[in-house]
Amino acid sequence: MTMPFYVAPEQLMKDRADFARKGIARGRALTALSISNGILICAENRSNTLRKVSEIYDRIAFAGVGRYNEFDQLRIAGVRHADLKGYTYSRDDVDARSLANQYAQVLGQTFTHEMKPMEVEILVAEVASDPGGDQMFHVLYDGTVNDESGYTVLGGEADSIAEQLGQTYDGEWEVGDAVKASSAALSGQERTLEADDLEVALLVRETGRRAFQRIEGDELAELLS
Amino acid sequence: MTLPLFEAGGDPGPNFAALLRSTGLAPPDPDVPAADLAITHATTVVAIRCQQGVVMAGDRRATAGHLISHRTIEKVFPADRHSGVAIAGAAGPAMEMVRLFQLQLEHYEKVEGKGLSLDGKANQLGMMVRNNLPAAMQGFAVVPLFAGYDTTREVGRLFQYDVTGGRYEEREYAVGGSGSLHAGTVIKLGYRPGAEADEMIDLAVSALFRTAEEDSATGGPDLVRGIYPVVAVIGADGFERVADADVEARFRDLLASLESQGGDSE
Repeated sequence: MTMPFYVAPEQLMKDRADFARKGIARGRALTALSISNGILICAENRSNTLRKVSEIYDRIAFAGVGRYNEFDQLRIAGVRHADLKGYTYSRDDVDARSLANQYAQVLGQTFTHEMKPMEVEILVAEVASDPGGDQMFHVLYDGTVNDESGYTVLGGEADSIAEQLGQTYDGEWEVGDAVKASSAALSGQERTLEADDLEVALLVRETGRRAFQRIEGDELAELLS
Repeated sequence: MTLPLFEAGGDPGPNFAALLRSTGLAPPDPDVPAADLAITHATTVVAIRCQQGVVMAGDRRATAGHLISHRTIEKVFPADRHSGVAIAGAAGPAMEMVRLFQLQLEHYEKVEGKGLSLDGKANQLGMMVRNNLPAAMQGFAVVPLFAGYDTTREVGRLFQYDVTGGRYEEREYAVGGSGSLHAGTVIKLGYRPGAEADEMIDLAVSALFRTAEEDSATGGPDLVRGIYPVVAVIGADGFERVADADVEARFRDLLASLESQGGDSE
């Protein structure tokens, strides 16, 4: 019988975290901002079909960076969780906080027990009727949950993007201001991003039941110009 | 409630009903006949094609045997943005079916990132009616009408069902429920292909009024309590319910014209 080599728990966790972080850093980043009209989520994504930002429930959106298949699996599980909860109880009982905690459970469990941690970072955002009530939960690959207020950035180079966004961010912004600022922050100094390079969605504050709206095509190009 | 994660083989996909079954939340089929139970029934609903799309309408009465159990029940619902569903039959299972159907369409759209086609929605509802067949055999029959605006073909379309889940697309109008015979006759006489929605709303209102006179399970306009049928137009702009005040005005016009003719309903 062969004995497995002893690896210190600290080392094991560190290796896993490094592995996950590397995977996430390879992908493109995304920003989420709480502004006057709602919560604007802006991702750098050249695909028109493989989405990073999607609708979970009436006032809840999901965004993920990292490995597409892993966060898409989490997205679908989130839609199922929300729809089942709304069916069992009521639509009002579905909230972002409990969903973010569920995600944290799964990510934490996978991080410590599975062969490979998930190489994803996800955002669960819920828009409220007034900006003070907006909720944004940023869940990391190891299940750490951060409750963000104002704005947040996920993915590779998140710190530098957040720093640039933070210099100008204003909660009173309209959609156009927020799209321009997000695009500038995501692109960095050397390049500019066009409408085709971005995936933008807004959780509209004043709306009927379903708040999630995509902003794409000509509408997006107009906002960027 | 934990996060529903599945192995690749057991994944229910975008099907909400399958998800409910896999999580054990689906209701069981009744195994005892409902003969002794006074179950609530929802009655007459109509759908008429018009130039803008489809007009749907339903009276507000629910009955349990010979008694009126509700005066203000609603039988016409938006299924999603561009379609509506109207129900007749056992009210409890029918409401549940509508709720599940609405959820199913939204669930599919969210999971797949793209909504079902109108035919897909109609088939889906047919499947739900068929799955209700064991319950229908015990007396809990649900017979819906489904109508919607087909955004690819840019026309209104409507579908009728039978208890076995049979799906029949109608070209002009469809009726359901206890008063369907009378309502169908009124609509048949007044229907004009390609008529404006406005005219067909009047026709639907008139059909429900005439039916209420002949069928005890169909409620007429209640001018005292201000209860009027639910009327909705489904067109390119989506499902829009006609305001109660508008429906009331149409009933008052209808009554006034009948009065001026000296009353022909005796």
